[in-house]
Amino acid sequence: MTATVMSDLRSLLHGLPGVDKVGVEARAAALATRSVKTTAKAQAIDLAIRMVDLTTLEGADTPGKVRALSAKALRPDPADPTCPPVAAICVYPAMVPVAFEVLKGSGVHLASVATAFPSGQAPLDVKLADTRDAVAGGADEIDMVISRGAFLAGDYTKVFDEIVAVKEACGSAHLKVILETGELGTYDNVRRASWLAMLAGADFIKTSTGKVPVAATLPVTLVMLEAVRDFRARAGRQIGVKPAGGIRTTKDAMKYLVLINETVGDDWLSPDWFRFGASSLLNDLLMQRTKLTTGHYAGPDYFTLD
Amino acid sequence: MPKSSAPRLSVRKTFKLYIGGAFPRSESGRTYLVDGDNVALASRKDARDAVVAARKAQPKWAGATAYNRGQVVYRIAEMVESRRAEFKALGTAGDEVNAAVDRLVWYAGWSDKIAQVAGNANPVAGPFFNLSSPEPTGVVGVIAPPTLLGLVSVVAPAVVTGNTVVVVTGGPQVAVTLAEVLATSDVPGGVVNILTGHAAEIAPWLASHDDVNGLDLTGVDDPTLAVELEQAAAGTLKRVRRAGRTDFTNDPGLAPMTAFLETKTVWHPKGF
Amino acid sequence: MFEYAPAPESRSVVQIAPSYGLFIDGLFEEAKSTFKTVNPADEEVLAEVALAGPEDVDRAVAAARRAFETWSALPGSERAKYLFRIARIIQERSRELAVLESLDNGKPIKESRDVDLPLVAAHFFYYAGWADKLAYAGFGSDPKPLGVAGQVIPWNFPLLMLAWKIAPALAAGNTVVLKPAETTPLSALFFADVCRQAGLPPGVVNIVTGAGDTGRYLVEHPDVDKVAFTGSTEVGRQIARSVAGTGKRLTLELGGKAANIVFDDAPIDQAVEGIVNGIFFNQGHVCCAGSRLLVQESIAEELLDSLKRRMATLRVGDPLDKNTDVGAINSAAQLARITELSEIGSSEGAERWSPECSLPDRGFWFAPTIFTGVTQAHRIAREEIFGPVLSVLTFRTPDEAIEKANNTPYGLSAGIWSEKGSRILAVADKLRAGVVWANTFNKFDPTSPFGGYKESGYGREGGRHGLEAYLA
Repeated sequence: MTATVMSDLRSLLHGLPGVDKVGVEARAAALATRSVKTTAKAQAIDLAIRMVDLTTLEGADTPGKVRALSAKALRPDPADPTCPPVAAICVYPAMVPVAFEVLKGSGVHLASVATAFPSGQAPLDVKLADTRDAVAGGADEIDMVISRGAFLAGDYTKVFDEIVAVKEACGSAHLKVILETGELGTYDNVRRASWLAMLAGADFIKTSTGKVPVAATLPVTLVMLEAVRDFRARAGRQIGVKPAGGIRTTKDAMKYLVLINETVGDDWLSPDWFRFGASSLLNDLLMQRTKLTTGHYAGPDYFTLD
Repeated sequence: MPKSSAPRLSVRKTFKLYIGGAFPRSESGRTYLVDGDNVALASRKDARDAVVAARKAQPKWAGATAYNRGQVVYRIAEMVESRRAEFKALGTAGDEVNAAVDRLVWYAGWSDKIAQVAGNANPVAGPFFNLSSPEPTGVVGVIAPPTLLGLVSVVAPAVVTGNTVVVVTGGPQVAVTLAEVLATSDVPGGVVNILTGHAAEIAPWLASHDDVNGLDLTGVDDPTLAVELEQAAAGTLKRVRRAGRTDFTNDPGLAPMTAFLETKTVWHPKGF
Repeated sequence: MFEYAPAPESRSVVQIAPSYGLFIDGLFEEAKSTFKTVNPADEEVLAEVALAGPEDVDRAVAAARRAFETWSALPGSERAKYLFRIARIIQERSRELAVLESLDNGKPIKESRDVDLPLVAAHFFYYAGWADKLAYAGFGSDPKPLGVAGQVIPWNFPLLMLAWKIAPALAAGNTVVLKPAETTPLSALFFADVCRQAGLPPGVVNIVTGAGDTGRYLVEHPDVDKVAFTGSTEVGRQIARSVAGTGKRLTLELGGKAANIVFDDAPIDQAVEGIVNGIFFNQGHVCCAGSRLLVQESIAEELLDSLKRRMATLRVGDPLDKNTDVGAINSAAQLARITELSEIGSSEGAERWSPECSLPDRGFWFAPTIFTGVTQAHRIAREEIFGPVLSVLTFRTPDEAIEKANNTPYGLSAGIWSEKGSRILAVADKLRAGVVWANTFNKFDPTSPFGGYKESGYGREGGRHGLEAYLA
């Protein structure tokens, strides 16, 4: 990138309206008091299930574990055929072929983290190879991490160029860009990083890797939703949002749906435009779903552990 | 099961330390005999652990709203009142329990008023906003008097403003009972830590501890020890409160609080 | 948009009796002459309430006078404990009181639950703490109470205004006769029961219900030492006139026409929230409402688009539904006034806009409304509407914003939105208003003094300053 483009990028990002921390947190907290009951809750639970990127990103992941998880993605509640499948499975690149075998042709997407997840501290060619491998193995969604170090050092061009390169390596696969908001320090930075990722070609912006202490929060997601809303108004392109990490209960998921509903509205209330990066969330959604149908509280022993 | 005719044997209480919201024995394994009870005898390492607990709890406690801290201190008053029989059984007179409860209520009210009395806007000569407000000093070592009223009168003012404390007291049963009150009063673990034992043994370790910010010597009877502690405290320029002999039934004034408050002044320009 | 299913708060948590008498000298009297109080959301009668005449007010003032002797002589620490008890009982009964408040007033349960009731309890806690510390309040080493306080409060925050009046009065050692508003008397009567539960000595708090005449008997009563009034500037003026020459102490918290100033470097999304909160909170029945939006011309269009988009998500309807943002207008009379002024706005040439929203058939309702193209000459930019109606004006420079903001007989509150600290502080300095919010709006706290400049009244409620009105 030339020096002028670089300084344009900086002035664009620093020209975005500021985010008042107290105000955005108060707004998120106020929306969190919305009461979603009965029929609305039943609808919302099914929508939330359809939005789950069922995730396992552990050093101890094995083909057996990934196969089991993939099977669960297809039929989260074997006892109830009306229960919808989740949006996607999210695994490390090495596990992509395993998941692909189970998921191919099912309509459930296969996402892989790439680009030296979770730190992003690797040379670009390694990151690109990582991405190509995952796509070659069958992944149709790539969750990349940005170089937070470069972002915090003010080297926006480097971050931008990396995203562009990874996007290219993705081919037809969708690109989700992980901002790792827990490391960005301020909401102003969250807004800037969101715009940077969108300008560089992200299809989705995602909060977190789940590997640092602070993962997705409501106010961070609110700021990102405002960013995709404003970006569409200005650039005409709709971008998806994926909070990930720390969303464990149905109650949490409901709060996020309310946030979408009252910030960006209908257009984002679909698995095409909003995802939950989660693992234990799914079982809680299933338990609440069963409670609504049976009328009594469910216990964890009645749902599969995968 | 046949009913026994023998008189029922009571279950006795074990008097332990209070550190980080838990009730451990002394790491030294020592106890001492007080009125027939074996009471944990705190060691310097217990003091060290208590300082760690107090330091860990301090930012969150100071960061809580003044309103919240006031509610917590008021809850302590409620719980002392509800346990008055226990304190009386330990020899505390009814009037003293009353005074201790009222003292807690008095300090509960100070939580959100001390800044309004000890802070102010300053009319500096220039286009500047200038505001001074009190902030807690940090971790305070408190050598407490042995009575309930004395104990409450030194602990409450230090914590209501946002400090956390490590208390050393020679009035062990009353102190442990107060610890049980604190443990059931919404006081976060680590805000008040209570060590039963000998001031002469423990206090020097607190006075010289680099991670202690203040020292209250109200409960030190021995003037020589008091001087030594003050001298040790000078090493890290701890704020020292030496109240001397105090009649705890009097209006305490502001000094017990302001002794462990810093004043922060903020300047900010004013202009379009 | 996905629709939240109805989420009504249970009405059964509050038991409203068919009728209520006056609360005088610790007892509820039998109601003789009465009036009805209705639920503004459906116009159903909630209860009949006693209409206090001059002799009733006499008895209430006499009871307060008798109680003053002992109450003022109590040690502060004892008075403190009564107030702490009241605060605690309010906390414990807050769900019941919140539902009651929403029923009688029409405000959304979300607000009565999350704003009114927590603030009411906090206010009693705060002033409870002052009762034994009066010598530290900066009004002399041995300040004395004034005697009997006659207090008249409005209908927009019935229980909160009661707390603002009663808590400091009692803490300072005064006794009170309080008249709640005609359309919202119930929570004050429930508060009387809270006093009884707390064991408060008879006569310390007396509640007389009624309309304007009852209020007049009270403030003009010769044995009242202190008058405190919150309400309209017009009535405030009458009270100031009637109190003149009597030596009674007087505090007035009156109307407002606050400017909410948005600079071009404002945090836009939060500013939009602040504008919405500033004018639609409590249906705009707020004396300090940000009813004049002054927006810097360079961002006016963008900001208005955001504001309209945000307004379209406001949920207007059943006050007891937990998801309702904007409830019912408090009374038919108030609705008529809002309607009239809005029509004047249109006829004077301002452009009117409301989001699409379906309003219930029964009850008193008014859709959230903004007027654009408003100038300082429009009546809707000058008169207090006291409803969910926002007038939007523009400005070019900070000086112009300040000039416009101050160009009103009122001076209760103002808002400033900017990311630049020095600008905020400089503008705040020049605004003639008693409360200035920066990058926030409609924030209240018992520790923070509240009250107006100019025709918005005098005296402060809340904070250390709030004690001054009740001490000699």
